[in-house]
Amino acid sequence: MTAPTSSGRAGRVRLPVDRGLSHSSPRPLGGSSARSRKSWTPWLYLAPALVVLAGLLVYPVYQLGLISFFQYTQAQVSGGEPTTFEGFGNYSALFSDSQFWQVLLATLVFAAACVVSTLAVGCALAVLLTRVRALPRLALMLAALGAWATPAITGSTVWLFLFDPDFGPVNRMLGLGDYSWTYGRLSAFFLVLLEVVWCSFPFVMVTVYAGIRAVPAEVLEAAALDGASQWRIWRSVLAPMLRPILVVVTIQSVIWDFKVFTQIYVMTNGGGIAGQNLVLNVYAYQKAFASSQYSLGSAIGVVMLLILLAVTLVYLRLLRRQGEEL
Amino acid sequence: MKLPSRLAVLLAAAAVVTACAPQTSDNSSSDKDEKTGTLRVWLFQEVGNKPKEKVVDSVVAAFEKKHDGTKVDVEYIPVETRAQRVKAAFNDPKSAPDVIEYGNTDTAGYVKDGGLLDVSKEFGAWSEAKDTDPTAKQSVTVDGKIYGAPFYVGVRALYYRTDVFKELGLEVPKTMAELATTARAVRAEKPELYGLVVGGAYTYGAMPFVWANGGELAEGKGGSYTSEIDSAAAQKGIKAYTSLFSDDNCPAAKCAGMGGNDTVTAFAAGKASMAIGGDFSHAAVEAGKVKGKYAVVPLPGVKAGSVAPAFAGGNNIGVLKSTSHRTLAVQLMESLASKETQASMFEAMGFLPTFGDVREKAAAEKPYVKPFVETLGAGTKFVPASPAWSEIDASLVLPTMFQEVISGKKDVAGASGDAAKKMDSAFGSVG
Repeated sequence: MTAPTSSGRAGRVRLPVDRGLSHSSPRPLGGSSARSRKSWTPWLYLAPALVVLAGLLVYPVYQLGLISFFQYTQAQVSGGEPTTFEGFGNYSALFSDSQFWQVLLATLVFAAACVVSTLAVGCALAVLLTRVRALPRLALMLAALGAWATPAITGSTVWLFLFDPDFGPVNRMLGLGDYSWTYGRLSAFFLVLLEVVWCSFPFVMVTVYAGIRAVPAEVLEAAALDGASQWRIWRSVLAPMLRPILVVVTIQSVIWDFKVFTQIYVMTNGGGIAGQNLVLNVYAYQKAFASSQYSLGSAIGVVMLLILLAVTLVYLRLLRRQGEEL
Repeated sequence: MKLPSRLAVLLAAAAVVTACAPQTSDNSSSDKDEKTGTLRVWLFQEVGNKPKEKVVDSVVAAFEKKHDGTKVDVEYIPVETRAQRVKAAFNDPKSAPDVIEYGNTDTAGYVKDGGLLDVSKEFGAWSEAKDTDPTAKQSVTVDGKIYGAPFYVGVRALYYRTDVFKELGLEVPKTMAELATTARAVRAEKPELYGLVVGGAYTYGAMPFVWANGGELAEGKGGSYTSEIDSAAAQKGIKAYTSLFSDDNCPAAKCAGMGGNDTVTAFAAGKASMAIGGDFSHAAVEAGKVKGKYAVVPLPGVKAGSVAPAFAGGNNIGVLKSTSHRTLAVQLMESLASKETQASMFEAMGFLPTFGDVREKAAAEKPYVKPFVETLGAGTKFVPASPAWSEIDASLVLPTMFQEVISGKKDVAGASGDAAKKMDSAFGSVG
């Protein structure tokens, strides 16, 4: 934790450079004149990154927010009708749409399921990697990297084929006849979940594996000598030591799985039977681009952004409370 | 995590400074009317596009010869991405074409977007226009003004397997009720075939059932529309269509997600004894396994001998408002949609002409179009000429309704009531 006097600034600019500086300067925060001079230095170093961020992140987000307050459809974009200011009109239309709440709930549950499954599979395989010989490890690594490198659209198409009711090998192997996986709401979500886990576990696995390798061998050896089981080692030794890494992969997974688009769009053909498999991102796309209601789509985008920020902030706050440093 | 504060400030700023509205392109009609230069044309890229290109090339060559100093630049755009391309053209008039081909259900939407040029005067003065069939003319008309020339029409009819019917000793169905019983009879004898292959997302294959039962999509009252999809008659049609999604005809688990192309593909691959396909599906079916083993009849209506009203699909040719060659562009539109071009386009691609007389001649030459011409003659229906239709279409209101009924999520009254509400709010929002 940085000194209390700097916490305000650290709260605003929490980037490694900043933290590094305040750590390395030997108690620089006492004298107020020295502090005011010093406080510009990090900004100077940050300037190039901030300029890029402003152009690539802030400006689009600004446009997104701006558009969400207007009546902005194709007719307005191409100049057929004047653009009118709607205030929170788009938001109230969105919040009074029962489908939106249904989609939001489905998105949250689906994303949570994906995150939990991805982390479980990724961590389990990372531990497995440390326990097997070189050749199987190489094979597992290659398989994981293959899954990682596969474009989402290709992966989705292949999975769809694997589970095809007429030609799919899965149904044949399981003896399911011509059972259609994409017809039922839950089975369709389950199918997509499998694909999402398949294409996102390698990131978790590789990151956690690297983390485990960095854990000193004597710690693990000591635990083993004390007679700890594999599960106990993970829970009491590895997981606490890997916490910063687990935080990063969890946040990454939350963000990815909350924003899942390609898999749903391809595998359930744009949202499933009667829109039963819509998630927020696909819903926003259907509103914004398929039916050209850019302003309503922007409103959905803003809502998504706020939810993700809230989730991430709450998570970070919880970690702070536990005295962990990210 | 410095976003929230930044975002809050920006949102506040956006709310306060309403003067800085999002960008809008200046798409007012160009005042220029140059008599020479390059005309850009966008046409749809069809499956097997070569014959179309040939016809267009000859039209273009004749046009360039007639108008000294003009050049015509034709580009074929993929049908799947047409929406993005056309939107982009409306947004950036500088790189937009002068003349485009567009789907007739898009007319009202494009007009509202401010993209299409009002050609009522030129169309009225065009010598060939008087023979245009009324439904085709309706598909270029919005609020009494004309925004293009019909290029071809497409209607759907009933494809059936002659070999299967003969083997099972079945008659060609004469009513909608018979259609269902015949379909089930085939499936009972040959479980590997769908009786009548139907699709939950196949709106234009489903609508004839609604129309035949006396239902309507919407009722126009003084320029604005009100949805009629939840009327008693329409509900009867929805019920008739959705009852076909059962294990004894076309299992819901497989058919609920199908669209029009999927059903035609299934029929062409020999997996169905009947399908509702268009004249434009002819080539695809001919290329499939069932070549020589099928015939086409108009889709039967409720009463024996009647024909279920078909949806009058098809494409139009229009001129973009932003063109700087107004006169030339309109003339080019007329040559591309002329009787002569349509006749050769029918020869080349099988597109049904929009002129009554040209169509009759075509039917006499090629017997396979007879059932489609008959269907057209029996009266066709069109979607509401409201800009809201693009939105209703794109937000999948009708497929959702059919799929909700098919999958048992809602009953017919509930699903059609919800669909009507969505349609009404779309109609309402465009005023």
